[in-house]
Amino acid sequence: MENEQLLKSLKEKSLVLRRHVIKMIAQAKSGHPGGSLSAADIITTLYFHQMKHDPQKPHWEERDRFVLCKGHAAPILYAALAEAGYFPVDELLNLRKLGSKLQGHPDMKKVPGVDMSTGSLGQGLSAANGMALAAKLDKKDYKIYALLGDGELQEGQVWEAAMTAAHYKLDNVIAFVDYNGLQIDGPISEVKSPNPISEKWRAFGWHVIKIDGHDYEQILEALETAQKAQGKPTVIVARTIKGKGVSFMENQASWHGSAPNAEQVEKALADLI
Amino acid sequence: MSKKATREAYGEALLALGKKNENVVVLDADLSKSTKTSVFASQFPERFFNMGISEQDLLTTAAGFAAAGKMPFASTFAVFATGRAFEQIRNSIAYTNLKVVIAASHAGITVGEDGGSHQSIEDLALMRSLPNMTVIVPADEVETAQAVEAAVEHPGPVYLRLGRMGVPNVSPVDYKFTIGKATVLQDGQDATVIATGIMVNEALLAAQILKEKGLSVRVINMPTIKPLDEDVVIKAAKETGALVTAEEHNIIGGLGSAVAEVLAEKAPAYLERVGIQDVFGQSGTPQELLNLYKLTASDIAAAVERVVAKKN
Repeated sequence: MENEQLLKSLKEKSLVLRRHVIKMIAQAKSGHPGGSLSAADIITTLYFHQMKHDPQKPHWEERDRFVLCKGHAAPILYAALAEAGYFPVDELLNLRKLGSKLQGHPDMKKVPGVDMSTGSLGQGLSAANGMALAAKLDKKDYKIYALLGDGELQEGQVWEAAMTAAHYKLDNVIAFVDYNGLQIDGPISEVKSPNPISEKWRAFGWHVIKIDGHDYEQILEALETAQKAQGKPTVIVARTIKGKGVSFMENQASWHGSAPNAEQVEKALADLI
Repeated sequence: MSKKATREAYGEALLALGKKNENVVVLDADLSKSTKTSVFASQFPERFFNMGISEQDLLTTAAGFAAAGKMPFASTFAVFATGRAFEQIRNSIAYTNLKVVIAASHAGITVGEDGGSHQSIEDLALMRSLPNMTVIVPADEVETAQAVEAAVEHPGPVYLRLGRMGVPNVSPVDYKFTIGKATVLQDGQDATVIATGIMVNEALLAAQILKEKGLSVRVINMPTIKPLDEDVVIKAAKETGALVTAEEHNIIGGLGSAVAEVLAEKAPAYLERVGIQDVFGQSGTPQELLNLYKLTASDIAAAVERVVAKKN
């Protein structure tokens, strides 16, 4: 019963965040809806259930960290941070505006709650490793969560970092791959295939869990398993749908980086109830 | 005079720092014996992290350490630190203004026999163009040790350029290094030589050569390329009217360019730039290369004579 309530509340929260994403990107007239929506359920679970964090103390030393390696999904992160209480929800509509703290890609110097500036693909996991090594040195038990895109796996640095995390036995690193199968120029398998994804991570010495990235029970179970990892980093390869939740955006590479018009916003919000 | 490479001095300074500052961590990319971070590694293995041959990972992991409150020093050869990992430095260290010290060794052509692929002649230009970045080129052992200390106190990222070759001490007794401050090592009225790194000693030797020819030359050590000590440049321009810069770097984008920018905007004066003349290096002994690329005391002296002739 308790579990059912949790699942229900996460589902409801994810709809709130998804609606923010649509409105923010429409208002900004640019941004990345597809990859924000595919990552929405994972990010909702992290910020509204899993992570140890305090919106009143964004720099709290004991907090769990989150690195949005695929920084272009900034809208969904901003929506989660605002809803969690890091800054007023009203500010979300300033996305990408001149002078706004909500830059096109996350800026840790401007946004309370952003643990690492990202946007240039391939760098996030290395930064997460640095935080994880620091935690080990300081004998602190916080975790570092990282969310990578599947197209991002084409960046060589991801695999440098994968090797580092396994070598240093960073069991405090829990990475997600948002495996939505699409990148700007089309299907990842056609642009330059990173497949087989799970086998690659396993070969690099990671503990691999494969899930449906929109199924809360699976997300929760994977996170629970990952907490118990010892001596190995964990990657949760989450099969997702780009544009998830908005019928006309689902599985469309064209919605990677374009903004909906007024009519499309109306349709999208009607889908997200 | 005894000589010591600034990379050697760096290794010793890191060790001393590690003893008194537990927050310091050191990262390297499989070159710890060359960059001398091995000295720290042997004493503090738990705070030393070999990232293997992956410079992009090296610099970004250092950024992660800094984001979690550690004081990271990341070392490898200058050509790889600033070239291979430029965009990592840009986005994960400079854009974030994270307190990371990038201590890059084997800068310039005095890498020697490894050849042009390993001789960094563009690192100052790259680092100088990044907002938030402070760029320091120590001239000797004393200055290196103090620059390491100063970098730890500095609130933002620092690029520390170190050399492979032994150099004599040029710092005055009781020298106190301050970021952004140059030192007038000897005064003079006819011309000014502004030098950095290993070229400071050559500049002093050049002044001696010129003294015998009746020219009085001011010699300035400019260890901080950014922020540049503009006041000392303007003063030299007004008082001597003829300047020469000397650096083991491309004349494009480094000390020579930085000084030229100040002169052009604030105190027009004649200038000659001694440095690598926009070519790549090659294999050879350090001294052979310094001779070939005209980075010796006599080359500086010749440049001073040219610039004084222009002025007159």
